[in-house]
Amino acid sequence: MTREIAVVAFAQTDHRRTSDELSEVEMLMPVLHEVLDRTGLKTSDIGFTCSGSSDYLAGRAFSFTLALDGVGAWPPISESHVEMDGAWALYEAWTKLLTGDTDTALVYAYGKSSPGSVRDVLTRQLDPYYVAPLWPDSVALAALQAQALIDEGYTDEPALAAVAARSRADAQANSHAQLRGSVPHGEYVVHPLRTGDCPPIGDGAAAVILAAGDRARELCERPAWIRGIDHRIEAHSLGVRELTDSPSTRLAAEKAGAFERPVDTAELHAPFTSQEVVLRKALRLGDDVRVNPSGGALAANPIMAAGLVRIGEAAARIHRGESDRALAHATSGPCLQQNLVAVLEGEPRHVQ
Amino acid sequence: MTTEVLKAPLVVEFPFTRSLGPVQSAFLTGLREQVVLGVRTTDGRTLVPPVEYDPVTADEIRDLVQVAPTGTVTTWAWNHAPRRGQPLGTPFAWVLVRLDGADTALLHALDAPGPDAVHSGMRVRIRWAAERTGAITDIACFEPDDSVIGGEAADHDGRFESMVTGIVASARLDYTYSPGRAQTDYINALAERRIVGERCPACRKVYVPPRGACPTCGVATAEQVEVGPGGTVTTFCIVNIKARNLDIEVPYVYAHIALDGADLALHGRIGGIPYDQVRMGLRVEPVWTEGGRYPDHYRPTGEPDADYETYKESL
Repeated sequence: MTREIAVVAFAQTDHRRTSDELSEVEMLMPVLHEVLDRTGLKTSDIGFTCSGSSDYLAGRAFSFTLALDGVGAWPPISESHVEMDGAWALYEAWTKLLTGDTDTALVYAYGKSSPGSVRDVLTRQLDPYYVAPLWPDSVALAALQAQALIDEGYTDEPALAAVAARSRADAQANSHAQLRGSVPHGEYVVHPLRTGDCPPIGDGAAAVILAAGDRARELCERPAWIRGIDHRIEAHSLGVRELTDSPSTRLAAEKAGAFERPVDTAELHAPFTSQEVVLRKALRLGDDVRVNPSGGALAANPIMAAGLVRIGEAAARIHRGESDRALAHATSGPCLQQNLVAVLEGEPRHVQ
Repeated sequence: MTTEVLKAPLVVEFPFTRSLGPVQSAFLTGLREQVVLGVRTTDGRTLVPPVEYDPVTADEIRDLVQVAPTGTVTTWAWNHAPRRGQPLGTPFAWVLVRLDGADTALLHALDAPGPDAVHSGMRVRIRWAAERTGAITDIACFEPDDSVIGGEAADHDGRFESMVTGIVASARLDYTYSPGRAQTDYINALAERRIVGERCPACRKVYVPPRGACPTCGVATAEQVEVGPGGTVTTFCIVNIKARNLDIEVPYVYAHIALDGADLALHGRIGGIPYDQVRMGLRVEPVWTEGGRYPDHYRPTGEPDADYETYKESL
């Protein structure tokens, strides 16, 4: 049995460097309301709710439970949480809808990076025996990958700068983005990566509504049907992996059906310019594919929500009729350790 | 009216005590003895640092080999501004190093004068820490080395005197905590000896402490309502174990208190009455100590007990 499941609505906050006047639930709630308003659904209409976030960003255990105030968890609801990017929460919701248990799901994700030092916080996801005691920060690990790409001749610093410039130029059209337009490429943060090669650090949230079959058609004029979705992981040890490639992305894409027909749009979760180089190669994206028209993670990278934003942006393009078949990618872990690929399609439109 | 949100430093610090499996134990004990061990995979590759399960086949692997303290940089990144906890306090290169005899690379730091002195393919050697305990930091860092590639992996039984079986990995993260708008207003009001809740625009319930959202309706709350100061004990427990760093004599009573005008009970300590005389329905009021920014405890008001019907919804 296969059920057709679609993204029927997407909303996101403006992504900002700090939002300390807001608690997490205060930041999240407008987004939840917006995504519900788009479909006319109330929280009590939602069959399953799933969220993604990380307590390490807030520095408080079980911080995600307070966010549940925003979804009206009384009377009791069917709810789940992943300590990962919301893209993985969407994956869980998608499998829940596949079972036929329910017809609608709300997926949300949020991250406030402003309270702490995200470069240091992310070291706590590394191998605790051999790597974490050295405190290699997230930029340093991405820089090792970037240098490997340069050494192998896959890119160079001017090409990386061009990725940054294109992303932030595209973000001009994205009112939610944190970094837009002409942004100085800046000094080295960790050589060979400069500030321009790195994502902005900021706070933000996103929410998506999924619906199955005819319910999706009722809720959305042109649903973004999820044709396939898959996620894969690689060895945690960086020295075991081939850093200039992303076999896990390629395999996830293959399992999601991405290579069956060309896509016209790709929303890639590449927080660092060099990672876009890796992903384009792994996904065999040609120059005719529109990559990150939203500006991507280089324009706004709310940790734990940025991957869900990629799926939402890809879906929104289909909703608006700007794309017929889009690929959305989310990543987690150092140097693209874990990768999720979703393939979204709009129903064929009659040729005029 | 917008008030400045409250902020305070928040430090999360913990010494994680981790036990080691047989392979990690041998590897880290080896480092203490200035011996670098790897492990052979099913297909004959040598992994350094070693793991207990083959990353390709997931087979359990235990065959240890000794590799050289010299190796080749496979990739690098120049870190001009070292951060807390990193191996060197002066600018250094992060490196992945494939030690001679190994097929995979180890992440560590390379002490070099500047980025111009580092390149992939350069030869390096381990600089051992003066004091070694059986941890990855027993390798102080790598340093440039002109030696030619030397050393084959040689079998090793992985046994040393007094094996290291665990590590303590200290972790500290620093945050600036802010409770957001609703809780800032609540905390500021407490300092003025007022208790404020927020009313849900949909269900009209008054939440205290307010968190800016109605958990029943899932909508934002903003309308402030002053509640109390009087309240009713809805339920309670008697605490018999003294908490560390807490200067309160046991036994004492901890209670849920429905403040007048609130639809949600908050909790607080009951004082000014023997612990065995506290009861459901007892009328109480908050007590601020001199200069206190929040109620220290609640004490009986002397009013007659509240009727059960008046507080049963707040249980």
